[in-house]
Amino acid sequence: MKLLEYRGKELFSQYGIPVPKGRLITAERDFSELQFPFVLKAQVPIGGRGKAGGIKTANNLQEAKNHFNTIMGMDIRGFTVKKVLAEEHVDVKKELYASLMLDRTQRQSLLMLSGKGGMDIESVPDNEIYKVWIHPFTGIQPFHLRDAIAQLQLEKEEGKALLNVIYQMYKMFREYDCELVEINPLILTSAGVVMALDSKVIINDDARYRHKDIVPEQEELTTLEKEAREKSIAFIQLEGNIGVIANGAGLTMATLDALTHFKGNGGVFLDLGGTDDPEKVKQAFELMKKAKPKVIFLNLFGGITKCDTVAKGVKAVITKEGIDCPVITRIKGMNEDAAKEILKDAGLITAGTLEDAAKKSSAMAGGV
Amino acid sequence: MSIFVDTKNLVVVQGATGHQGVFHIGEMLQFGTKVVAGVTPGKGGEKVHGVPVFNAVNQAVEETGANTSLVLVPAPFAKDAVFEALDAGIKTVVVITENIPFHDAMEFVNYAHFHDAVLIGPNCPGIASPGKTKIGILPGSIFKTGKVGVASRSGTLTYEIVNALSEKGMGQSTCVGLGGDPIIGTTFIDALDAFEQDKETKAVVLVGEIGGTAEEDAADHIMEHISKPVFAFIAGRTAPPGKRMGHAGAIIARGKGTAASKIEAFKKADVKLAKFPTDIADLVTTYS
Repeated sequence: MKLLEYRGKELFSQYGIPVPKGRLITAERDFSELQFPFVLKAQVPIGGRGKAGGIKTANNLQEAKNHFNTIMGMDIRGFTVKKVLAEEHVDVKKELYASLMLDRTQRQSLLMLSGKGGMDIESVPDNEIYKVWIHPFTGIQPFHLRDAIAQLQLEKEEGKALLNVIYQMYKMFREYDCELVEINPLILTSAGVVMALDSKVIINDDARYRHKDIVPEQEELTTLEKEAREKSIAFIQLEGNIGVIANGAGLTMATLDALTHFKGNGGVFLDLGGTDDPEKVKQAFELMKKAKPKVIFLNLFGGITKCDTVAKGVKAVITKEGIDCPVITRIKGMNEDAAKEILKDAGLITAGTLEDAAKKSSAMAGGV
Repeated sequence: MSIFVDTKNLVVVQGATGHQGVFHIGEMLQFGTKVVAGVTPGKGGEKVHGVPVFNAVNQAVEETGANTSLVLVPAPFAKDAVFEALDAGIKTVVVITENIPFHDAMEFVNYAHFHDAVLIGPNCPGIASPGKTKIGILPGSIFKTGKVGVASRSGTLTYEIVNALSEKGMGQSTCVGLGGDPIIGTTFIDALDAFEQDKETKAVVLVGEIGGTAEEDAADHIMEHISKPVFAFIAGRTAPPGKRMGHAGAIIARGKGTAASKIEAFKKADVKLAKFPTDIADLVTTYS
């Protein structure tokens, strides 16, 4: 889960990482505690908001109100602005970059530091990024950073302040189960303070159960994706018009790929997982119907899951509630023959191979 | 021979008395796995399919000589379970549980390395060596003894591929499910090295998917160190960036982890790629 900038900064404050003085502005447009000039910033879970006009400086109350009215409700790359953060202006002496993430290959935390702050880190050359891997059992130690601090050519006190911020960042990264904590830019003020001007924090969804203080706000899910989540069904909406139901994430992805190969377009990705529980199968089909695909492609491999049990579930939904689009099925594995009989009986199209089924589905959906 | 596991694995199942535990202990026993103990705190003294249940892993190890653990406990308890197994001297740990917080996985994967233990998973179907043992939840019926080694980041997709191999008469030496999470204990590289050493394995099949750089790293490794023929299938060629495609690890983030980059890397390493999962079997016949 991505946190909005202001929520990330609240966590920074909790950990003693300095942030500019600011407040979240609501419909009352109360700017009373802030000194001019200040910056109004759209709170959206996506980058590029500055270019989209979502960040504006206000020098007086009238400008502040005007900017607020412009930014609030603005659409930034598909996200409607529902919150605006106002922050007092700070003098920037130097812009740095700092981030912590999980390194999948090293299986350790990766700290990246750079003297090139304020720009997309992807565009900073590798030799200007200092990388250090931190083992979970040592945690961050002074030796990790000695070299980096020296290379950044900071004053002694500034170096100390930066170290402190990074220690606190690491503490937060581990304690809040973060996938990413990125501060860009991390600035040095003329007063010698190291301060986070922005925040990008992603918390691992699987760890949300132990961080009850983190409440999701601007969901990146569609209505149907939300409904699926409530029913614990893995369901993802994509652009196309073919609804794919398969079991297991890998097989579902492979099914979408096969459709694309035959110029079809997967529109919904529904993963039954390891279940053959008729109630779950029924819920899955109901969700799929709501997504209104042109064709439904059921691709099943029965291992532990028995094909005929799933087929019975499918037949039950279809005979009871009907279905207004063609359903193409391809069943393989445990009890496949019995399953094919049941599905034929329910009036569904059965295909022999994955290729055959993908070809038929794509053709019926208007592909080749 | 086989990789990582053989007939010497004496298995303790952590989370033995739950629905999954009871079912899979039965399935494993039927496959021929030596399941010697179960552990569920508070259920010590019970039996599952005749297998004694203990309150703690160290008791199970003392009483039964268990040297391998299968972890089936719910995600919030998985870290504790893996630490307990490693402290009790278990040298092979297979973690089936999904939705384990990434930071927990990072800790127990590193702890396993400290103990020189093999950790497979998390979020994986386990490992099977036909005719010898199966430690996990893979369906026993799809396997056939043979010479193809399989390593995969997926579950059902692996079953599909293994089944196709078996139907064409190509059995497997070992099939290992590495797991669909970003942080896993055993990687393609570990599996490749083991298959290279294994006299019984004549060809290797890798089943990869989008997310991370495990396939690219494997491709580099193959060019330098692997002499046996390697075949691969990559799932997620049409996945849009930024969406987690069902597996926690299957995400294209910041332009990294695309199928195109993985396919490119494998081509460079002379790894033959299949278009459809069911094609793999034909490829293996043609080239081996």
